[in-house]
Amino acid sequence: MEFLLQQVINGLTIGSVYALVALGYTMIYGILRLINFAHGELFMLGSYLAFSFIASVGLVNVIPNLFLAIVVVFILSMGLVGFTGVAIERIAYKPLRHAGRLPAVVSALGVSIFMQNAVMLTYGTRYKVYPEGIIPTMAWEILGVEITLMRLIILGIAISLMFTLYFFVQKTMVGTAIRAIALDHDTSRLMGINVDSIIRLVFVIGPALGASAGIMVGLYYRQINFTMGWAYGLRAFTAAILGGIGNIPGAMIGGLLLGVAEAFGAGYVSPQWKDAIAFTILILVLIFRPTGLLGERVAEKV
Amino acid sequence: MKTKRPHAAVPPKVLYGLLLAAVLVYPNLTNRYWQDVANFFFIYVMLGLSLNLIVGYAGIFNLGHAAFYAVGAYSTAIISTRMGVPTLVLLPLAGLLAAGFAALISKPILHLRGDYLCLVTIGFGEIVRITLYSDLFGLTGGPNGILGIPRPALAGFAIRQPIHYYYLFLVFVVAYVFISKRLEDSRLGRAWLYIREDHLAAEAMGIDTNKARLLAIVLGAAGAGIAGNLYAGKMTIIAPESFVFWESVVMFCIIILGGIGSIPGVIVGAFGMSVLPEFFRGFIQWRMFVFGAAMVAMMLFRPQGLWPNPRWFKAGGAKETKPEEVAPSAS
Repeated sequence: MEFLLQQVINGLTIGSVYALVALGYTMIYGILRLINFAHGELFMLGSYLAFSFIASVGLVNVIPNLFLAIVVVFILSMGLVGFTGVAIERIAYKPLRHAGRLPAVVSALGVSIFMQNAVMLTYGTRYKVYPEGIIPTMAWEILGVEITLMRLIILGIAISLMFTLYFFVQKTMVGTAIRAIALDHDTSRLMGINVDSIIRLVFVIGPALGASAGIMVGLYYRQINFTMGWAYGLRAFTAAILGGIGNIPGAMIGGLLLGVAEAFGAGYVSPQWKDAIAFTILILVLIFRPTGLLGERVAEKV
Repeated sequence: MKTKRPHAAVPPKVLYGLLLAAVLVYPNLTNRYWQDVANFFFIYVMLGLSLNLIVGYAGIFNLGHAAFYAVGAYSTAIISTRMGVPTLVLLPLAGLLAAGFAALISKPILHLRGDYLCLVTIGFGEIVRITLYSDLFGLTGGPNGILGIPRPALAGFAIRQPIHYYYLFLVFVVAYVFISKRLEDSRLGRAWLYIREDHLAAEAMGIDTNKARLLAIVLGAAGAGIAGNLYAGKMTIIAPESFVFWESVVMFCIIILGGIGSIPGVIVGAFGMSVLPEFFRGFIQWRMFVFGAAMVAMMLFRPQGLWPNPRWFKAGGAKETKPEEVAPSAS
């Protein structure tokens, strides 16, 4: 029982990271019908930028208050990655918006390869290691389950970001515009929505959320590598599909479920096959329920 | 657009003759290193042409082609090392197994379209790779792979030098080109083209679209399986690293960069992806960086590829998009 609960906690922690990355995929797919293959790389870039701010610039030592320092690292990295996201959209996706699907997918793959290698050339091929003890190693025991401060922070940040996004999309004018564009570009334009600027906004929000997830992975596992964007990206995409692509709450639930499923798989089946779980879920969902758990859209007609 | 060139200075027959002569003489003028570069180029041409049936003709986005390649290579390696069957004897079997595997996995996913299908193929590709890594039933050898695969032999003649492989692979490349050309012009090929252009209209015209798409995948997989067999016989060692996702991406890019659905395009694409990097060995670190940027630039400035198929443009072309694709409607 304790083992079970522990696995649930582990799964939720990593699942909330998947959910944050999945939100970027699902929002961009929702408005452009584009699988942004570069999104995983943006997540990885966030992780590397935060590493630079912490280890090279030494922001944690410069700013006396730890809480403040972490907040600054998050804001700086998320901002920079958001800017990168907009730049990518402007250069690699916007000119192809009316060119059909295949060119956009190939362009996204190209951006992904480009970014991965740009980071590799800048930081080198070896693993980068976040300094030890940025977050104090505190832990509590509840019902025989160990809950560390680190896990609480990750869950806290992830859940608050997700709720903020949810209310932003559901309750504000801009959020309504995002939802309108997801349904129909032309009609939205007729209603006076500036489609291009809303798309740019989504390309800020999505990558920034992905970057926050990247920082948390860096703080949690401490080791980061330039190839990790692909592994996390595909899992996050699976989470988005699982919840129903284009559906924002779906991406959150999908991420958490996938995290728990992986933790159970690693705990009860075998750690070796843990990687296969996400792909198996991906295939099963696409075969039997392509709309995902919460999705209302039917898989494309033609 | 005219399909025939107006009065070329050199008649095409002479041109092809010169090309053939150059290809036949090439290995005698170069060293072993460049012979091997040509050998890997040939393998990529075969992989590209086989994937071209799936992506280029039938318009099925397959980003997991390395899985079929792996089935061919691993089945050859396992049977030849354990039972001592000669490698070339296993060639048809490698093709059949890859085709069977493709038929098995594509049955439940054929109703999917576009991006969804693309994702499923990525998923299958990754599962195959993980299976190879995990040493399933102790057959695949885990991360180390399988070594000691016997080299192919033809009627008692042992193929061991790069130049021997060169001529062996050349025969296969010519066969692949010939079969691709025949398929392109066949009833099935025209059905594929029709499905790619307009799925609903094709169905309305009485084309069994599911059957045609299944055939594209199965034939393409068979081609990749045979290429896998040749690869195993060439390398004598195979490991899961040769069948990772990026390998599938390379095959996909060969088709996109060369020109979708175009046989000369595939050859040009394979040249760009496998031979061109050899000239830049000194900048190995920068290679992929430049390559990623080149992919984006290519899509922005020449989305039809380097050597497009004229038919693709006559039939409508990549540029025209249905409004649904840009401004999707909730259906």
